[in-house]
Amino acid sequence: MDAITVAFAALYQFGDAFAFLVLSACGLAVIFGMMGVINLAHGEFIMCGAYVTVSGANAGLPLPLAILLGALVSAAVGALVERLVVRHLYERPLDTIVATWGLSLIATQGTLIVLGSTMGGIGTPLGSFQIGGYSYSVYRLVLFVMAIAVLAGLYALFNWTRFGVMARATIQVPHMAAALGVDTRSVYSLTFALGAGLAGLTGGLYAPTMTLVPTMGTTFIMEAFVTVVVGGADVFLGTAPAAVILAIVKSAMTSWQGQLFGQIGLLLAVIVVIRVLPKGISGFLLRERT
Amino acid sequence: MSGKFVRGLRAVALTGTVLLGAGSAFAADPIKLGVLEDQSGDFAAATLGKVHAIQIAADEINKAGGIDGRPLELVIYDTQSDNTRYQEFMRRVLQRDKVDAVFAGFSSASREAYRPIVNQFDGLAFYNNQYEGGVCDANMIVTGAVPEQQFSTLIPYMMETYGKKVYTLAADYNFGQISAEWVRNIVKENGGEMVGEEFIPLGVSQFSQSIQNIQKAKPDFVVTLLVGTPQASYYEQAAAANVNLPMASSVNVGQGYEHKRFKPPSLKDMYVTTNYIEEVDTPASKAFVAKFKAAYPDEPYVNQEAENSYLAVYLYKQMVERAKSTKRDDLRAEIAKGDVCMDAPEGKVCLDPKSQHMSHTIYLAKVGADHSITFPKVWEDIKPYWLGEAGCDLTKSDPSEQYTPSNPPSKS
Repeated sequence: MDAITVAFAALYQFGDAFAFLVLSACGLAVIFGMMGVINLAHGEFIMCGAYVTVSGANAGLPLPLAILLGALVSAAVGALVERLVVRHLYERPLDTIVATWGLSLIATQGTLIVLGSTMGGIGTPLGSFQIGGYSYSVYRLVLFVMAIAVLAGLYALFNWTRFGVMARATIQVPHMAAALGVDTRSVYSLTFALGAGLAGLTGGLYAPTMTLVPTMGTTFIMEAFVTVVVGGADVFLGTAPAAVILAIVKSAMTSWQGQLFGQIGLLLAVIVVIRVLPKGISGFLLRERT
Repeated sequence: MSGKFVRGLRAVALTGTVLLGAGSAFAADPIKLGVLEDQSGDFAAATLGKVHAIQIAADEINKAGGIDGRPLELVIYDTQSDNTRYQEFMRRVLQRDKVDAVFAGFSSASREAYRPIVNQFDGLAFYNNQYEGGVCDANMIVTGAVPEQQFSTLIPYMMETYGKKVYTLAADYNFGQISAEWVRNIVKENGGEMVGEEFIPLGVSQFSQSIQNIQKAKPDFVVTLLVGTPQASYYEQAAAANVNLPMASSVNVGQGYEHKRFKPPSLKDMYVTTNYIEEVDTPASKAFVAKFKAAYPDEPYVNQEAENSYLAVYLYKQMVERAKSTKRDDLRAEIAKGDVCMDAPEGKVCLDPKSQHMSHTIYLAKVGADHSITFPKVWEDIKPYWLGEAGCDLTKSDPSEQYTPSNPPSKS
C-alpha cells in the first residue's frame, strides 16, 4: 500500500467527517449560534428535507431539483414555525427548548402515523471509483464539495449582502436596527427560515445515503450541537474551524480504533475545546438581547 | 418514578389500550395478555407487525370461542423503543392490569431491562424475538431463534461457499457482542480466520471509515449484525462505495426487511438465516400472509417476529387449554412433558422443556441483485440445543440468568 493510497484514504475520511459535521450544523449555526434559539427540532427539519427530497425524486424530479425542493419546503415550514411559535419566545430563550422539543416530538410521531414507519430509499447516485486497494463512493465527494459551498455561501450572504448586514444588525441590537428602519420581525423570520432551509438541504443531500425513518433526525443532532457549541456565534468563522478540528479527531480515532472511539474522541475534543476556549459557548448563551 | 408522573403517563398510555373480545358473547372472565412492543421510535419499523400479528391471532381465537371458553383480552402499550418504558409498563401490566401473561420486547437491552421485574412479580413473559441466546429463566418463554439455530447453519454454509476469511460488523450492545462471540467460535471451529471485527454504537449512521477498514482487511464475506434503522444505512453506503462482498446476517431482512426498503442492488448477496419471512413459499405461509394483508392492507412486510408473535398466542392457548389453568407453574408442567408443539406458518415448532426456547425450521434466504429472495437451503427442526447441553435445565432449577459461550452455567 503506497503513500498516495494512504494519504488519499485519510483525506477522504476527513472530508467525509467534515462534510457530515458542517452540513449537520449549518442550519443550527444560524438558528442557535446566531439567533440564540435552542432549536431541538433541528433534526426534524433535516428529516423533513429528506422526506420531501425522496418524494420529489420518486415523483420523477431530477435529484438536484428534488434536494432544492426539500430545502425550500423546510424553509417554508421553518417560516411557519417561527411565525406561530418561536416569534413569541425570543425574550425567553430557555422556553424555546421546551417548545422546539415538543415540535420535534409532534413531527416525529406525526410522520410515523401519517407516512408509516419507513420510506423506501432512492439509492446513491454517481457510482464509485478506485484508488489503490480501496473503492470509494463519488457521491461522498459531492457532499464534501457541498459542505464547502454552503460555508462559502453563508460567508458571502452575511458579509456582502444587504440582507446579511440587516440580519447581523437586527440580531446584535434589535431596537437600534428597528430605529434605522429595518423590519426586524421579517428579518428574524427570514433568518429562521434560512436555518430551517439549510437543515432541509442537509436532509436532502443525505437522503440517498440513509434509511428514511421518522427518527432519522436524531442521528444528526449530536454532531450538530457539538459543532455549533464548539464553534460559537459566528456561522462561518465558528462552524468551519470547529468542523475541521472535530473531523480530524473523529476520522483519526475511527480509523485507529473503530466507531466507538471515534465518538469518544469527538466528545473528548469538545470538552477540551470548551475548557480552553470558554467563549466558544458563552459568547452566545450570555449575550443580552435588549 | 414519582406517582404524579405515572398518573400523567396513564392518560397518555390509555389511548394505546385496546380491549378485544370484551363483547357480550362471553360470560366467563377474560384471559388478559399484556403486549409491550415498540410502536414508535427507532425499532418501530420491525416491531409494529408484532402487535398486528398478536391482534390477528387474538381476533381469530375470540371468534372461535376464546381460550377454553374465556375471551382473550389484550392490554397494549407502546414502549417507544425505550428501555425505561419497558420497565414502567412491565410493572403496570403485572401490578395494576394483572395480566396472565406478557408478550414483550424487541431489543435484548429491553428484555434485560424488564426481565428482573418479571422475576420480581413472578410473572410469565414471552419474548418473541430472535436474539443472542442464553436466557435460562423459568419466567421467560422464548419463541425466537437463537445463535445455535441461526449461526451454526449460516456460517459454515458461507465459509464453504465463499471462503474462510470473515469480518464481523456488529451493533455495540449485548446482542451484537454475544452474537459476535458465537460467530468467532463457529469460524474457529470450522478452520476459518477472523480478519476483523468492529462494534458500532447504536444510532451511528455514517460508515465511510468502517467500509474502508473492511476493504483493508479483505475478507471473503462480512457478517453484519447491525440493529436499528440508523445502522441500516450501512448497506446503502457500502453499495455506493462498491464494496461488493457477500454478507451474512441473523437479523437483517428477517426483521427490518431492508431488501424492501433499499433500492437494489444494495443488499445483493446478503444471506440470512431466519425462521420465517413472508417470501417463504409454503401453503401455510401463503395463507398466513394473505390473512395478514387482509387485516392490515398497509403492512409493509410480514417479518419473522410477526410470525413468532402470532404462533406464540396459539402456543399460549394450547398450554392454557391443556393445563386448564393460567398459572405459570401449571403451564410449565405442560412444557415439561416436552410435547408442546404446533404447526406454525413456518412449519412445525416445539418448546424445549430445559430452556423454554423453541425449535424452528431455519430458512437460508438469499437476496438477489434485484432484491428478490431465494432459499438455497432449508434446515428442518433445528433445536435450541446450546442451553440444555451447557447445563441449563429449568425443569430442575431456575437460575434466571443469561449465559454466553464464554460464561456458561456452572456444572456443579
